[in-house]
Amino acid sequence: MTGWNRADDHVRVLRRRRTDWLLHLLFLFCTSIGVVVLLVLIIDIVIDGIGYIRPELFQNFPSRKAAESGMKSAIVGSLYMLLIMLPLSFVFGVGAAIYLEEYAPKNRFARFIQLNISTLAGVPSIVYGILGLTLFVRLLSLERSLISGALTMTLLVLPVIIVASQEAIKAVPRSQRDASFALGATPWQTVWRSVLPSALPGVLTGVILAMSRAIGETAPLVMIGALTYIAFLPAGLKDSFTVMPIQIYNWISRPQPEFHQLAAAGIIVLLIMLLMMNFSAILLRNKFQKIGKE
Amino acid sequence: MDDAIIQIRDLNLYYGSFQALRNVSMDIPEKAITAFIGPSGCGKSTLLRTLNRMNDRIPGTRIEGKISIGGTDIYSQEVDVETLRKKVGMVFQQPNPFPKSIFDNIAYGPRLHGIRNSKKLNEIVESSLRAAALWEEVKDHLGRSALSLSGGQQQRLCIARALAVEPDILLMDEATSALDPISTLKIEELVQTLKDRYTIVMVTHNMHQAARVSDRTVFFLNGEIVESAETEKLFSTPKDARTEDYISGRFG
Amino acid sequence: MREQAKMIFKNERTSIMDKVMPVLLFVCAGVSVLTTVGIVYTLFSETVRFFSLIPIGEFLAGTKWNPLMNPKSYGIWPLLGGTLLVTVIACIVAIPIGLAAAIYLSEYAPAKVRKVVKPALEVLAGVPTIVYGYFALTFMTPLLGSFIPGLPVFNALSAGIVVGIMIIPMVSSLSEDAMMAVPNSLRHGAYALGATRFEVALKIVLPAAASGVVSAAVLAFSRAIGETMIVTVAAGATPKLTANPLESIQTLTAYIVQVSLGDTPHGSVEYGTIFAVGTTLFVITLLLNIGARKLAKRLREEY
Repeated sequence: MTGWNRADDHVRVLRRRRTDWLLHLLFLFCTSIGVVVLLVLIIDIVIDGIGYIRPELFQNFPSRKAAESGMKSAIVGSLYMLLIMLPLSFVFGVGAAIYLEEYAPKNRFARFIQLNISTLAGVPSIVYGILGLTLFVRLLSLERSLISGALTMTLLVLPVIIVASQEAIKAVPRSQRDASFALGATPWQTVWRSVLPSALPGVLTGVILAMSRAIGETAPLVMIGALTYIAFLPAGLKDSFTVMPIQIYNWISRPQPEFHQLAAAGIIVLLIMLLMMNFSAILLRNKFQKIGKE
Repeated sequence: MDDAIIQIRDLNLYYGSFQALRNVSMDIPEKAITAFIGPSGCGKSTLLRTLNRMNDRIPGTRIEGKISIGGTDIYSQEVDVETLRKKVGMVFQQPNPFPKSIFDNIAYGPRLHGIRNSKKLNEIVESSLRAAALWEEVKDHLGRSALSLSGGQQQRLCIARALAVEPDILLMDEATSALDPISTLKIEELVQTLKDRYTIVMVTHNMHQAARVSDRTVFFLNGEIVESAETEKLFSTPKDARTEDYISGRFG
Repeated sequence: MREQAKMIFKNERTSIMDKVMPVLLFVCAGVSVLTTVGIVYTLFSETVRFFSLIPIGEFLAGTKWNPLMNPKSYGIWPLLGGTLLVTVIACIVAIPIGLAAAIYLSEYAPAKVRKVVKPALEVLAGVPTIVYGYFALTFMTPLLGSFIPGLPVFNALSAGIVVGIMIIPMVSSLSEDAMMAVPNSLRHGAYALGATRFEVALKIVLPAAASGVVSAAVLAFSRAIGETMIVTVAAGATPKLTANPLESIQTLTAYIVQVSLGDTPHGSVEYGTIFAVGTTLFVITLLLNIGARKLAKRLREEY
């Protein structure tokens, strides 16, 4: 055997192992940056904003004086907007997904629609704002109102819901459809009575995630004209309105530190709402999974 | 054949350019058990699926020839495929109960066809489960998920589900090949009890099962019928050399 | 022949739903197509009108952007420069860290660590951008200011870093997907030859997943370009063509916000700038996304 020096090899292996160990640490460090930043973010915001978490935050309208300001109109505006968005985005989103998965022939046109949807998912949200401004506010004369905002946001989240619903529908095994058809079901009966009920957990999770996204979006609504100083609750669809992110933005834009703290308080409220929504999505998913198995 | 409920004449079937069935002609007698046997890929399942038009679901399928059930050409315009499938039921190789309760699984079919009355549904569920020899085992937990049953029970559930829409013909596509021997035996016994009321066509890769259970056996090879006869005659005195080779295990 | 009557297979009830539903569902799918048509039509028609008033040459080549006050100039480069500056900083932050996290999660991490880290990254991805904007202005800028004397309140660096933080989860999860798509047989082969984990990761998996990883980077770049609120809050409102991250600038997106918040009369040139800038933004992100998709496709084809 020539040139097989065990000592040399061993040293090399040790060096490689040490490099591996160092890089392991480096990679772990980088990964934890994400977790660390999240913690820092949360702690910073809580420290800044906790002072303003009090009933007035929820009961008062915004005002020029920080001590009297609250985000009642923003909270209500966000909730109203969600309420309008929910049925619209659900129907159009799930409907499109059902069409694409169960009815559309696998041809170029279907692929075009699919491509279209994934492209829309990558369009910056402010461009949706431009669309909403032109189409809803001006062309349909819906003005800078709650309904314009809700419609614009529906268009924004539609791709998310469609993709999530498609995944959920695809996950229903072919054998289930076969069983349904073999019993004499029509295509719609199979969708309505077998495929959709099975796909529902995934669909609902997608819808809730889409709503979470919508509630945190600022840019498109700025363009629609969700105004930053609303001291009333919208009573009708065509009323002006504001939403939490815009109210927060408004407070951030003021120079006084008290308004920054108010903004932090508003952020806390927003984040808690998001947490509740995501939590309920997880609960729902678990509940449905359990029903299928017991 | 005088009492043939299914008549197939000169059937050719193509998946795209591949020909899966060649010049198949046969009669299937009513209220008897007919078995299709043959090595894998010989076309027996394909032929079974033409009888309830499940092949329609596979794009690119083309059919030439005629299949009559009860005197009606089932591929003609006047046939609604939903009603055809109501009268010609199917049980699949892998048990495929819906992720719903036992009750809702059986009631699924009747509900499709408009039966809503809960008393009627209860009756149908009970009689179907009894016919499938499953009633005693599940009668106290009809609300439980069908997925909680064992493999053999799930398959009997699928049989009950198919029977719930009151078919005339029951197609069984290798219905026991995914099951353990005891469940298989139970289902074979069950099938024997069903033949008084239903015409049964079963595909099986297990020729001994065909010998045990069926009245007529048809042997397929490469998409063609090689031989078709009363089961006893086919297994004891096969006319074709290929049949004899398959039966004695020289291939397949 | 059978003695009984011929069997008839006719449905007793007509299913209205089966006639109606496919049409309604098609309409639902059509909404998405209409959305694209709407976006493209609005942007392009208004932009064409804009360019009938302002020479396109000035827009594409000009280095001064001052459309709202006299003397007016309409060169796009300051806004483009601002966007690029922020985006490059963001990618410098996000791509190494995101990739490292992806490598860690796909090649090193034990299941317990994955269970904590992956949800944490998902949460990070779900934080609204206005929250990041607040973070940039009130935490990051003062923090940087303590190292960099004379740092203005609005600057590209702070915004860029926070945009980077925002897109780390995106880089990480897309890269991880790309790396997971590499078949284990390749890894096993390398380990069997005595390779260490980092050697497998860097020399085997990463090259194999290259198209997917590059696709992830391009998508992250595109996402950073389209980011609005962080830059609006923290990067400033002064359009300026500069490579100095310590200065205040304005991005394409922030400009659009600024004009919308003001009282710009419909149909005026100023109003038209919204569309010209919007179209620029749309076209850039569209091209990037298409490129990223083609790259990802190449990865899929390889496996």
